[in-house]
Amino acid sequence: MTGYRSRSERAGRALLIGFCILVFAFLVLPILAVVPLSLNPGTFLVFPEAGLSLRWYRTLAESPQWKHAFGNSMKIAVATTLIATPLGTLAAIGLAHMRSRSKTLIVAIITAPLVVPVVVVAIAFYFLFAPFGLVNGPVGLIVAHTALAVPFVVIVVHASLRGLDLELLRAASSLGAAPTTVLLRVLAPLIAPGIAAGAVFAFMTSFDETTVALFIAGPEQRTLPIQMFEGVREQISPAIAAAATLLVIASTLLLGTAELLRRRGERSGSAAPDVGA
Amino acid sequence: MIALVAPLLLFLLASFVLPVLLMLSRAVTDRELQAVWPASAAALRQWDGAGPPPDALAHSVAREMVAARRAGTLNRVANRLNYDMVGSRSLLYATAERLENGAPGNTVAALARIDPRWGQRDIWAAMRHADGPLTSHYLLAALDLRFDADDRVTRVPPEQAVFGNIYLRTFKISAVVALFCVFLGYPIAYMLASLPERKANPLLILVLLPFWTSALVRTAAWAVLLQTNGVVNNALLNIGLIDTPIQLIYNRLGVYIAMTHVLLPFLILPLYGVMKGISPTAMRAASSLGASPLRAFVKVYLPQTLPGVAAGAIIVFTLALGYYVTPALVGGGADQMISASIAFYTNQSLNWGMAAALSLLLLVPLLLMLFAGRTMARTVPA
Repeated sequence: MTGYRSRSERAGRALLIGFCILVFAFLVLPILAVVPLSLNPGTFLVFPEAGLSLRWYRTLAESPQWKHAFGNSMKIAVATTLIATPLGTLAAIGLAHMRSRSKTLIVAIITAPLVVPVVVVAIAFYFLFAPFGLVNGPVGLIVAHTALAVPFVVIVVHASLRGLDLELLRAASSLGAAPTTVLLRVLAPLIAPGIAAGAVFAFMTSFDETTVALFIAGPEQRTLPIQMFEGVREQISPAIAAAATLLVIASTLLLGTAELLRRRGERSGSAAPDVGA
Repeated sequence: MIALVAPLLLFLLASFVLPVLLMLSRAVTDRELQAVWPASAAALRQWDGAGPPPDALAHSVAREMVAARRAGTLNRVANRLNYDMVGSRSLLYATAERLENGAPGNTVAALARIDPRWGQRDIWAAMRHADGPLTSHYLLAALDLRFDADDRVTRVPPEQAVFGNIYLRTFKISAVVALFCVFLGYPIAYMLASLPERKANPLLILVLLPFWTSALVRTAAWAVLLQTNGVVNNALLNIGLIDTPIQLIYNRLGVYIAMTHVLLPFLILPLYGVMKGISPTAMRAASSLGASPLRAFVKVYLPQTLPGVAAGAIIVFTLALGYYVTPALVGGGADQMISASIAFYTNQSLNWGMAAALSLLLLVPLLLMLFAGRTMARTVPA
């Protein structure tokens, strides 16, 4: 920026800002718009004119299907998080110490679930589990969700390790700490924010996952996304707006926290060399 | 250190890589006829396919047809043969019933007396194609091709040629969505990168908020807003842009709106990263040498951002290729992408070979694109 600005430059800048405001509105307004819609006392999907009502939230809270779906989603997401977080954290630590050519291949395998379209993953699991009768049970879904969630754990934890001073670990070892002690007492506290962020990402990946669940979850394992998908498909009502509102709030709180943790993790990681110096 | 990676690697090999490969292998394997009619499968391999089908083959087919009908496995062969020759299913069941009631079927001529189609080549050619263990049937079918009775690859009749159109539509929708994302996302990334971080960070939240909200929830939000009597139509009516509500959902427009919204952050975030790394000195040099702001932007800034644009566009395009949930909820019948066909053959038609072949033909161009994108990113100096 040169300080001196021609009139055409100012006009260009105004045009840019105007365009950006429209795009920001496009990005955010549809998400925010569901909030007033969900408070509608009537059955129409319009902004409420005569007073607000929690009617549709009560409908959700009293519906056995929605409650059941919520319980299933929680159960499956917690199980996914509990498996994906340690697996991904260990792998990220291992990867941070590797410098070989095999690392490229390993990273490719670990990130493959992010590349392959979910519908392909979904039918792969469907074909795999159908002969064993695992379709319909929670095990198949937990395994599938873990595969989809674990790359996020590896990426986030790996990033928090990047700036970490490995001398600290060597120092601990040279002072006689056993490898497990180094891992649990020195390394884990240093990268705890990164691990926590990874766990939240894993949880949300499972909690939000729709496609695989649509294919392999049975009636007993209906998750929240399935409930929502069928609600939109069959009978769209302000109850959908209410569920969407709750999910937007939940994911914003959780992933916002994870983002803060991730940044703190990367910063504390990169600050470590100063501590060592 | 490999010991730390090993548990995850083993888990992913068993729970991801292997299932995907096993699934894809169904695109080229053909074991139904072999499994249900082992003797006929062996007899089919004895036949060269050129001359008339031998009576020994007819004899074992007749015997195994009856046995399979009793065992309840005939539908597996019947379904498989029906893919090659429409009408095989009813032919097999009707013939098996007649044989069971005592009609002779030990020669080709005897079978032809039950149904004249046994005297023609088509049904025997179909069996030969289904003889496994490998087949090109599904991949050819996914390309709207098939083997005719003389073992030549031909186009399927136009009324059956559906996949070419669906692939074309899938690529077109993905490309249009990627273009929309570049058009809407470039100015946003540019503005964010030109602001000091203190001002850019709060605006970045406006990009991250949709990024954090699941695609399903955002699609549901659009489904709510775009209804004929929904908020968007009401707003357009109120400001006088339209006189009667317009159809915004269950058509292509709805798919473009919702998919662009869902995928836009995937373009903005990497592009913003690239733009933040561009040093302003080159732009300053261009201005001080007398270039107009527009000329400096086009000649100096834009070329440096192209790798970021390409990377973001490839991410959006490849993600869009495999989208299932969004088109299913806001698209009409004529807007469904290849993933809907994959789902159809998995859940409804139960033709898993077809589902696998369509997946393979989705995966190959996708991986090629990603590979090209990565190679492109590597040739550009960081």
